[in-house]
Amino acid sequence: MEWTDAAAADEARKGNQYAFRVLVERHSHALFRLAYRMTANEQDAEDLVQETFLRAYKQIARFDGRAAFSTWLYRICSNCSLDLLRVKKNRNEHQPFVNDDESMHWLDRVAAPGPNPERLTQSGQIASMLEPALKKLSDMERTAFILRHYEGCDIEQIACTLGVHANAAKHTVFRAVQKLRRELEPVRSAAK
Amino acid sequence: MTHLTEQELIDAYYNDAPSACREHLDECAECRDQLARLSELLDGVRDVPIPSRGEGYGREVWARLEPRLPIRKTRWWTRSWVLVPAALTLLVAAFVGGMLTVQRHQTGATQQIIAGTQPVTGISEKDRQRILLAALGDHLDRSEILLVQLLNSNPGDAGLGDQRARARDLLEENRLLRESAFRSGDQAHAALLDDLERVFVDLANSPSRLSSEDVAGLRQRIENQGLLFKVRVTNTDTRSKGQTL
Repeated sequence: MEWTDAAAADEARKGNQYAFRVLVERHSHALFRLAYRMTANEQDAEDLVQETFLRAYKQIARFDGRAAFSTWLYRICSNCSLDLLRVKKNRNEHQPFVNDDESMHWLDRVAAPGPNPERLTQSGQIASMLEPALKKLSDMERTAFILRHYEGCDIEQIACTLGVHANAAKHTVFRAVQKLRRELEPVRSAAK
Repeated sequence: MTHLTEQELIDAYYNDAPSACREHLDECAECRDQLARLSELLDGVRDVPIPSRGEGYGREVWARLEPRLPIRKTRWWTRSWVLVPAALTLLVAAFVGGMLTVQRHQTGATQQIIAGTQPVTGISEKDRQRILLAALGDHLDRSEILLVQLLNSNPGDAGLGDQRARARDLLEENRLLRESAFRSGDQAHAALLDDLERVFVDLANSPSRLSSEDVAGLRQRIENQGLLFKVRVTNTDTRSKGQTL
């Protein structure tokens, strides 16, 4: 009797709180991952997960089932993340790219999977260059890149999340990769 | 020969390239080399450490979220399955209302204690604990009866109308007790009540006629979790603690 996302969302729309609970329990991990990647801060990510589900609950009547429920949630979470980043940027609080042990951005903590010294050196150097590279991405580009690269979303899902056409989403991912590549390629070449 | 564009190489990296691009890659060493360089770079930023969250993370999120959820203004009164029983209930309530006044005061106090949302004046902590344990014991008694009925129902008995109604009755009380246990840090009781709630909700929200597979699935879940055993043990423990107090 396991509910599908669509069935649970339909029940939640009718006011069945347990159905919403099923959705919360099912999607919490994925949302936390996305929120953490967006904010690089554990507490912010926790707050974003809460805020996302709260908004989703309030807006569940607007969920029409055309996109997958997870895509709809990602969209809310991305918007919440972008709102938070903007607020923090205005307050100069958000420092995800500061390179110290406490506040190091997750992308700066890239770990090589094996003991290959060449890769360790290379990834360390790439990591050190990620700060300026990521700063050059717009909020939309960073969101699109995270969804594509880390969450495995396809272009349609990214388009739906960002609220743009598929071509625009594809181009946003392209620009993000292009910018990162432009910044990181010299490091990779030099490390060889 | 026209080589792949950067966009096409990115599409190929994400396994999103059209077949013509893939065929070109099979034939063109230069483009394969380009793709390998791109892959090496993007793979290098893929291994990202994310702080781990335990298996029960979803439950934790829900526990923090539930008290924050706004009360829905649903038009529940428009549903016929609410309207008819509600009218009957009102009739019955009119007859027996007066007789239950004293009992209702007592029940109200018990509900306040269970919910723990506001302090109940004039009751010592010991009495509060005793009332809470008594309420939990009663709840577990009724839960046990329902579980036993479910486990002993015939595989072909897909109606389960009586059990469904009981599950609906038990749900709200179960929720209050679970929240109370969670708030007081009693993880063991909270977890048991959480497991019970899932069974009750599934049963309460099940269609009017369950398939024999659904009934079997429900019974299987109760058996796999050892739910009946846990309820009995907890109930005995609760009664014993209540008597000690």
